[in-house]
Amino acid sequence: MKPFRYQRARDVRGAVDMLAQAPHGAFLAGGTNLVDLMRLGVATPDLLVDVRRLACDRIEELPDGTLRIGATVSNSELAADRRVRRRYPVLSQALLSGASGQLRNLATTGGNLLQRTRCVYFQDLTTPCNKREPGSGCPAREGYHRELAILGWSQACVATHPSDMAVALAALDAVVRTRGPDGERAVPLTELHRLPGDEPERDTVLRHGELITAVDLPPLPPAARSGYRKVRDRASYAFALVSVAAVVEPADGAVRDVRIALGGVAHKPWRASTAEQALRGAPATAERFRAAAEAELSAARPLAGNAFKIPLVCNTLVATLVGLADEPP
Amino acid sequence: MEITLRVDGQERRLVVDTRTSLLDALRERLGITSPKKGCDHGQCGACTVLLGGRRALSCLALAVAYEDAEIVTAAGLAEGGDLHPMQRSFIDHDALQCGYCTPGQIVSAVGMLAEAEAGWPSAVSADPDADEVVLDDAEIAERMSGNLCRCGAYVNIRPAIAEVARR
Repeated sequence: MKPFRYQRARDVRGAVDMLAQAPHGAFLAGGTNLVDLMRLGVATPDLLVDVRRLACDRIEELPDGTLRIGATVSNSELAADRRVRRRYPVLSQALLSGASGQLRNLATTGGNLLQRTRCVYFQDLTTPCNKREPGSGCPAREGYHRELAILGWSQACVATHPSDMAVALAALDAVVRTRGPDGERAVPLTELHRLPGDEPERDTVLRHGELITAVDLPPLPPAARSGYRKVRDRASYAFALVSVAAVVEPADGAVRDVRIALGGVAHKPWRASTAEQALRGAPATAERFRAAAEAELSAARPLAGNAFKIPLVCNTLVATLVGLADEPP
Repeated sequence: MEITLRVDGQERRLVVDTRTSLLDALRERLGITSPKKGCDHGQCGACTVLLGGRRALSCLALAVAYEDAEIVTAAGLAEGGDLHPMQRSFIDHDALQCGYCTPGQIVSAVGMLAEAEAGWPSAVSADPDADEVVLDDAEIAERMSGNLCRCGAYVNIRPAIAEVARR
């Protein structure tokens, strides 16, 4: 591990100021991904600004019904929160399907969003990787890419975003609140992460020194149901091959409104807007769900070793939507 | 950096490089060897300790960041020399072979029971909004999936934990 300085921030402004002075510094929260990447030599910050003890550790309800999740709320506390379990089951389920109990206790809301891809080449200093070392090349397209992208990838990078939580937040139209050297701003979750393009080293639209302070969940319509379904190689403690987060508002056997996000398929949580459009106002039947899934996946460009994800996503999406449509009100 | 760690009820002062993991600080600097180094990547659970009562991986925690935490290791669970009920149960059920993962399994199981007590759901909970958690085999397996046992002693680990959970 490269040597680094360690500073503890007292408040958000102080944390932002500390990092503004350090172009090669990084924020540290739970550290479950960052410390590992530092040990691997993938991340080499020369300063860590510890933000774990900032006063961003509460989940509070705003007057307009928004649930505001502080950035340092742990993944386990968020999954267990009664308001989240009752109103946003998709989020609780996504969190509980990720990592292990020990990791969820350390990992934070903000940190979960900023975790890096688990592409094996990204984590292996002995191989090229455009995300880790821009311009060095991408062995994944011709090499091992079973877990990698089928949608939205570029010649430079076929990595997937590993978060389950972010997929649920994408379907919930969550808004990420940040503070940086230029002040505060609100970024829709669906616009936080980028597609790789020719700058795969940039996972998100955040600028250096911009700190996530909270994530806002807008209220759902009372009739809405939501759920998360994850497919992986073993029953627990594994990243998604594919996953589906969906929010459905049914009305008389039809779909009044629906929001769908896919995990394990792209460089960012993939909002399935083609499928959503096909389903708004349509009968809530398995046939229509399948047609919508296939319409969404018609844009997929699978690699040689991950074409299995196309039928897997379609089946998982149909199963998720059928399950939600059949749920008692 | 000079730091103070509170481990198993004792305050310990030490000077560490910022790169030192909590696991290395405990084992190499303080001589507390019950947390084990398995993978050193947060994948095996052998280094599990309690931080403020919650189970966590000490290999991914930097020692300098946990001056505020009450740290409990498997060795610290045995108060006054009496084995913790979870330790006793692991022995009674022969819930180990080589024993390397055992301290992590035991600390994790103690932390897991506290989570269940608090009503936290898991990915396999039939009713995630239920007030009470019933720790059947599926629940225990899911909640303990962050602790690997290469000897495959799971068949005895599960009942060892279930017995303590029933009390």
